[in-house]
Amino acid sequence: MAEPLLNVKDLETTFKTPDGVIHAVNGVSFALKEGETLGVVGESGCGKSVTMLSVLGLIPSPPGTIAAGEVFFSGQDLLDMSNEELRHVRGALISMIFQDPMTSLNPVMTIGKQLQEPLMLHLGMNKKESRNRAAELLAMVGIPNAEDRLDDYPHQFSGGMRQRVMIAMALSCNPQILIADEPTTALDVTIQAQIMDLVKRLRDELGMSIIWITHDLGVVAGLAQRVLVMYAGYIIEEALVKELYANPEHPYTIGLLGSLPRVDEKGRHELYSIEGLPPVMYAKADSCPFAPRCKWVKPKCREQNPPLLKVGPNHTVACWVDTKTNKLRQ
Amino acid sequence: MSKKNGKNGALLQVNDLVMHFPIYRGVIRRQVGAVRAVDGVSFDVKRGETLGLVGESGCGKTTTGRTILQLYRPTAGSVVFDGVDLVALKGEQLRKMRRKMQMIFQDPYASLNPRMTVGEIVGEPLEVHHVSKGKATRERVRELLSVVKMNPSFSDRYPHEFSGGQRQRIGVARALALNPSLIICDEPISALDVSIQAQVVNLLEELQAKFNLTYLFIAHDLSMVRHISDRVAVMYLGVIMELADRNEIYENPLHPYTQALLSAIPIPDPVVDAKRKRTILKGDVPSPANPPSGCRFRTRCPIAEALCAEERPEFRELKPGHFVACHFADQFVQ
Repeated sequence: MAEPLLNVKDLETTFKTPDGVIHAVNGVSFALKEGETLGVVGESGCGKSVTMLSVLGLIPSPPGTIAAGEVFFSGQDLLDMSNEELRHVRGALISMIFQDPMTSLNPVMTIGKQLQEPLMLHLGMNKKESRNRAAELLAMVGIPNAEDRLDDYPHQFSGGMRQRVMIAMALSCNPQILIADEPTTALDVTIQAQIMDLVKRLRDELGMSIIWITHDLGVVAGLAQRVLVMYAGYIIEEALVKELYANPEHPYTIGLLGSLPRVDEKGRHELYSIEGLPPVMYAKADSCPFAPRCKWVKPKCREQNPPLLKVGPNHTVACWVDTKTNKLRQ
Repeated sequence: MSKKNGKNGALLQVNDLVMHFPIYRGVIRRQVGAVRAVDGVSFDVKRGETLGLVGESGCGKTTTGRTILQLYRPTAGSVVFDGVDLVALKGEQLRKMRRKMQMIFQDPYASLNPRMTVGEIVGEPLEVHHVSKGKATRERVRELLSVVKMNPSFSDRYPHEFSGGQRQRIGVARALALNPSLIICDEPISALDVSIQAQVVNLLEELQAKFNLTYLFIAHDLSMVRHISDRVAVMYLGVIMELADRNEIYENPLHPYTQALLSAIPIPDPVVDAKRKRTILKGDVPSPANPPSGCRFRTRCPIAEALCAEERPEFRELKPGHFVACHFADQFVQ
């Protein structure tokens, strides 16, 4: 078996707050294979963004601390690297696009300048080369009159266009991994469809691996090969995309899928709703963090936090209960 | 259209509603143009039904909702609510009508005053409209909180102590305080997490059945609109493009914009999603300050022809109850 491109082991991230230490990521392990698209799904505060920011060393410290874990990228532990070394990885080998294209572009710098910056920094291009390359990149992400638009400022672009610029910037140094943190959440559906189409096309052309963070199970269904579901800083289910949607095992995943109305559904049924709220983790869980909201909860769930158990060749779930039989797993 | 449906129990009739916001420029603040946020919108909402109003950001759906409530006074058109034209009303008369129509807002963080307790927030409409005072108000607040499935003892707490979903319940309780017949829900769930959205939508549906409420449900999430609405209107750049029963519009969309909008929604099922044919629209929504001539959608439309630039398509009934504003929609009728 080929070595995974990115291998995250037992990652733990905590934040100090006036109310106590919050355990945002609690022992997350996953691997990303070459050319794979991995979806990371969860609701706000489940730790999905913090996990990825930790991987790239972008957690502000203080208040954040990476308490434990290893992140291997081509044989090196990113967490052991100095800031200087990390800077060569970020942007050049692993790059990230963020949710809000409004705030992640510098409003007082032209688009061209912002695109040229990583090219000059990481690839050592001179002004002219980088400007030509920047125009190519803009054209690649489907911005008309790319050459002329290099001198425009971010406010002269619409939301969808700005997100295209962010993608161009992220791809400028041909990264091996693209981490996308809810890049389409702030966009309208027709623009979201444009951006997803673009990402799929570029993925196939450039052959990069993608980690796509989202709360939208619909978006992941059309894009990812494998999906991680997160809750309260834990990975609670992991499966190939078809398997997950056809056969969700964790009560939380079942609930999430059931609470989505589908545009292709005719009947009118009451939506499945998960009562209660996600917990705030002031300590690592000593019982299943989903137990207070779970319909299948058993005494064992309140005593011991389940590890990820294998339930199929490509399917693991952190739940003591087999929801199909309503009995404890063996 | 209003004349046709006017008699069969329409609670709200909106006729050729226009809302233009003037643009002023220069030293003497001369008017140089107008943002045509709503530009000739007509529909009606029957008693007890839910009409979904969908569209992308900037299409004028929120402005339509606010103009109906006379929070903006319309540039032209009429809004007939319960047989009374609201546009002609002023002052005390309008205030009296407002009791019967309420609004639930998008942002549960911005729409509740952080310095007021939940009890004061929910009780405020009662006091403002002199419905009740003091102890009676407090009683009613407790009742309202339990109607929205919150603990009545929460009335002494402040909004910051609650999560987004709970805050939205407080907003719903406030909207219900005066026993309204119409509630305009302006994207009430789009700021909430998926599992919480379902809680709020289920609550809204339950309350509708219990109090015979009429909803105008404004949203950009077409899946949720299909779920909650009886009929759906699709808006684009200040104009309604298509209006039909919910299953009809989702199964036989006649307007190219509706077709593209529906095909753009991701379906949470990889097997179904892979099989779908998708229409991906080019470009962005034009500015409502300078909309295209003729049909508003023609700049992004896959089937636009010369006629579309010249003539604004009539909003016509192509099938019973199915209205569409497109010159070339006949080809999609099966």
